[in-house]
Amino acid sequence: MFAPLIHILPLATIMRTRLMPVEGKIIIGIGQKVNPTDVVAEAIVGRKHLVIDIAQKLNVAQRDVPKFLRVKKGQQIAKNDVLAETPGLFGKEVPAPAAGTVVATGGGKIVIETGGAVFELRAGIPGIVAQTIGGRGVVIRATGGVVQGVWGNGKLDFGTMHSLMETPDEIFDPGRIDVSLRGTILLGGHLESPKVLQNAVEMSVRGLIVPSINPALLQSALQAPFPILVLEGFGRRPMNPSAYKLLSTNVKRDVSLNAEMPTRSNPSSRQEASVRPEVFIPLPVSQEPPEPRQVETFAPGQVVRVMFLSKPGRQGTILNLRPMATLPNGIQANAAEVRLENGEQILSPLTNLEVVG
Amino acid sequence: MPASLVDGNSLLAVDVGAVTTRAAYFDVVEGQYRFIGMGQSPTTNHASGMRNLVLGVQLAVENLQNLLGKPFMDEEGRLLIPSQPDGSGVDGMVVTLSAGTPIKTLLVGLLPDVSLHSVEKLANTTYTRIVDSLSLNDPRRLDEQVNTIIRQSPELILIAGGVDGGATHSINNIIETIGLAAYLMPDGQRPAMLYAGNRALAGAIHNTLGKIASELVICPNVRPTLEVEALGPAQRELAKLTINIRQRQMSEIDELRILSGGVILPTPYAQGRIVRFLSVDGENKHILSVDIGASAVSLAAAFGEDLHLNVFPQFGVGEALTGLLKYTTIDDIARWLPIETPLETVRDYLYQKSLYPHYLPATREELLIEQALARQNILLATQTMVSRLPGRYRRTLGLLPSFELILASGSVITNAPALGQKLLMLLDALQPAGITTLALDQNNLLPMLGAAAEVNNLLPIQVIESGALAYLATVISPISNSSYGTPIVRAKLIREDGTTMTSEVNMGNLQILPLESGQTARLELRPLRNADVGLGPGRAGAVDVIGSSLGVVIDARGRPLKLPSNTTDRVKLLKKWLKTVGG
Repeated sequence: MFAPLIHILPLATIMRTRLMPVEGKIIIGIGQKVNPTDVVAEAIVGRKHLVIDIAQKLNVAQRDVPKFLRVKKGQQIAKNDVLAETPGLFGKEVPAPAAGTVVATGGGKIVIETGGAVFELRAGIPGIVAQTIGGRGVVIRATGGVVQGVWGNGKLDFGTMHSLMETPDEIFDPGRIDVSLRGTILLGGHLESPKVLQNAVEMSVRGLIVPSINPALLQSALQAPFPILVLEGFGRRPMNPSAYKLLSTNVKRDVSLNAEMPTRSNPSSRQEASVRPEVFIPLPVSQEPPEPRQVETFAPGQVVRVMFLSKPGRQGTILNLRPMATLPNGIQANAAEVRLENGEQILSPLTNLEVVG
Repeated sequence: MPASLVDGNSLLAVDVGAVTTRAAYFDVVEGQYRFIGMGQSPTTNHASGMRNLVLGVQLAVENLQNLLGKPFMDEEGRLLIPSQPDGSGVDGMVVTLSAGTPIKTLLVGLLPDVSLHSVEKLANTTYTRIVDSLSLNDPRRLDEQVNTIIRQSPELILIAGGVDGGATHSINNIIETIGLAAYLMPDGQRPAMLYAGNRALAGAIHNTLGKIASELVICPNVRPTLEVEALGPAQRELAKLTINIRQRQMSEIDELRILSGGVILPTPYAQGRIVRFLSVDGENKHILSVDIGASAVSLAAAFGEDLHLNVFPQFGVGEALTGLLKYTTIDDIARWLPIETPLETVRDYLYQKSLYPHYLPATREELLIEQALARQNILLATQTMVSRLPGRYRRTLGLLPSFELILASGSVITNAPALGQKLLMLLDALQPAGITTLALDQNNLLPMLGAAAEVNNLLPIQVIESGALAYLATVISPISNSSYGTPIVRAKLIREDGTTMTSEVNMGNLQILPLESGQTARLELRPLRNADVGLGPGRAGAVDVIGSSLGVVIDARGRPLKLPSNTTDRVKLLKKWLKTVGG
């Protein structure tokens, strides 16, 4: 049975796709070096359309409208520019209600596309542009450490990582977020209290990395102005030992925090290489390390993360595989005997294991 | 053209679910089609990080090969179709598909209570999420409507409106709005459209929307007259369109389409087909099928030819679980637990399961939480389905209509380690009334057989006759206004060997009349205090029943089922019921 992989790697070469929601313009070329805050592409988003019923405003038949039009499809117009007019002493004018572009004419109407804002796609991670994807985005190649999580609030930022964790299973103490942490990315314990989010906003932190979150805080977390990466899941869970060790030994380093979740219904999201939200720790290398494996099959000796509700944040090693074993609750499933790090031996369905690597 | 048995063609049926991909092999044994075996694999979709469904299909077929010792693929993993002289390969393949997120759908109709209502029912027959609707009564300005459609970026627009031969002006205006919005959307994001309105407009629709929609399907009017609703033809076209939309999202589906010769159907549509077929074949027997999966709860109610198919993506036990609390509460889920568990534990399980839809309960507590979740989701889906049924099928108190046969599938139910757990989940969630037989589709074969019927109409009948469905129990569920503890029915079970068993069942009780598997008996039912055992209020009668390891079940717990509000009392009662059925 193929095994889901969770990447917790001290050093790897990664390829990450960065995409815009709509087509736009790619600014950076293939082979160029980028920093996380560099804009690699931009597009106009949030445009609105104004439909103007020229026939009604001029009080003429729909079929007669073309002969009174003063603008063409594709034409840029300023506010109050004349869109159409009837001749004569008592002729009427239809002024443009806003600046924009004429995008459609027909049926006695004109459609003006107006407004919109510039969407800037930032690189997110430091690396080399390896590929461009039409007018939608780029693929960036980078080397460093990577820790993947299970949930993110959809945001992305870059900053120096500070740790407020003493142990992997503590609760995030909001009182520890002070002014000295302004502009940093914080590694903290289980996110239980809304006060953590309030203080983090007040102190303008640039991101939070936590093992778990109280589901009641999900809406607030989604509205937070900075990225929040959850490594283990919902309800109080300790951070898994591999992630804790890797992150706590890299404090004070600059990290990229990508808490974007793949939008699975969007066809274009299939091009996104990052299936999981993650924290990336850029590291200089003399020789490029290999890319992480994408496919794995369960086998004895593998280090796995166990996702039991009753044994959160545990890691262990597969001792052997047990096809169609009967679990303690009576369910029959393909399973593995796993020795946890504390020496305890458990029987786990394969569906509840992820290979760490 | 359906094949005949003379051809004796073997068939591989593949069901690509949101979490699991199954490959089932059917072949002729001693002149009859039989289900031979099944292989499975995790579905290799985006959620699994693999992003190619075909890999999961190959792995499921590989497992099937290993199980049967019969090669279906060549060394490079390509399916061998048709079967080879050396016995390898298979003659044909059909596919059902439920993987993928709900399709963002815009509904368009003229009148909210007429065409818009019908088109909504149509949308509910597949995996859709309705993002908005447009009708004659829409108060928004034209540009507001256009901007909203563009912002919501629907993947599918379902359009109805006008009776055949009726006026065309009003629907024309709405069509223009749709056309304009779709025209202004970026090329690759334009929606597919299905038109099932006044047929006089078909040509104009083709001209207006044909070049704008990513795909346009024109089918017979869902409301040919004000009094008549005809969803069937549109439902079939929508099933095809659903697969085409999925193919735009997952291009590898094309590979499955080629292998299956085009027989690739949405799972609930295929399930509905087979349920209707069984209903018609059973002389219009009323049949309900319930399937609970990661992607949706699907209910197909067949009253002869009259099929009512309802798909509820919002009640799937996968990714959708984070949104479940819009429809219910943690307390309402936890009330089904026969153990005292903190509500936070239930809440955390629900959210964690949304991250890992393939997660299997690892402890007894987790198993009971999962079963509680299944009960609540099926209950919500059933209540909604009942409210949508035509008045002629509805009963008082919003109870489930009378079904002679209920077929259940979905791994939450079929994986339950005890038969009693399976039975009780269904009784609690569906709350059937009267006399009902419950059966399990243990291998989730029904949709596969529905798809198989597209190429071979003998195969489904013969496979079902060969015992592919597991009989669970016959259940008598009396309806009564009597108070708790009052006797409401006397039952006498007369076995084939002449031995009898008599029992008086009190209101509030769940009782088992032992009858071993395979044995038949006559069950005489005498209702007391005007109770209705399914034969009419106060009417006595007798029915033939078949035994199972659960015996014959009399569920006199009341309809609708009411649980004590006090947690200690409720847990005690739920434990007692679970013990009664051996769960």
